[in-house]
Amino acid sequence: MKITVAGEQKEVKEGLTIAELIEQENVENPQYVSVSVNDAFAKSGDFATYRLKNGDTVEFLYFMGGGR
Amino acid sequence: MIRISKKDYQKIVDHAIAQLPNEACGLIAGKIDGADKQIEKVYLLTNTDGSNEHFSLDPKEQLAAIKDMRSNGYLPLGNWHSHPETPSRPSAEDKRLAYDKNASYLILSLAEKDRPVLNSFHIEGTDATKEELIVEG
Repeated sequence: MKITVAGEQKEVKEGLTIAELIEQENVENPQYVSVSVNDAFAKSGDFATYRLKNGDTVEFLYFMGGGR
Repeated sequence: MIRISKKDYQKIVDHAIAQLPNEACGLIAGKIDGADKQIEKVYLLTNTDGSNEHFSLDPKEQLAAIKDMRSNGYLPLGNWHSHPETPSRPSAEDKRLAYDKNASYLILSLAEKDRPVLNSFHIEGTDATKEELIVEG
């Protein structure tokens, strides 16, 4: 199936989970990454079971913060 | 080296002052030519911590900004935030939460309100290196 990851279209296996995509994309520090699928944020606890569908658009967003 | 227009510099300063006493934050985007970065657009995001001592970018606004960058052909260059009362240098928390060694982390100090100080840093682990910042125009 085809999905769009960070603006780039990719061919991935059917039923790929978000967790598998994170691993496949070699996302660094995944514990600090939020994932949106079609503009909706997925819960991190669901990454292992959330199956992507053909045509989904996925974005990885790093938590950004700090303090004085 | 990283370059920012006087207009975008002022946009950061004005927003940071408007958000006092809290920290203000946002993203920077633009173009990269070798070791040189040109900031083409500054994004003003909500500090969801609403705090004088901490900041977190709003993920929804972050997502919208990333899409806007892409549609304009800009690359994400890093982020910026203000220190209302402390110097323009990365704190221990700033370093701990800096995951991208290639990013530019801009910090605006408003410790002296009439003399804002903006610096840019590269952060890798606990090491922060000041990056030459040029305000143009």
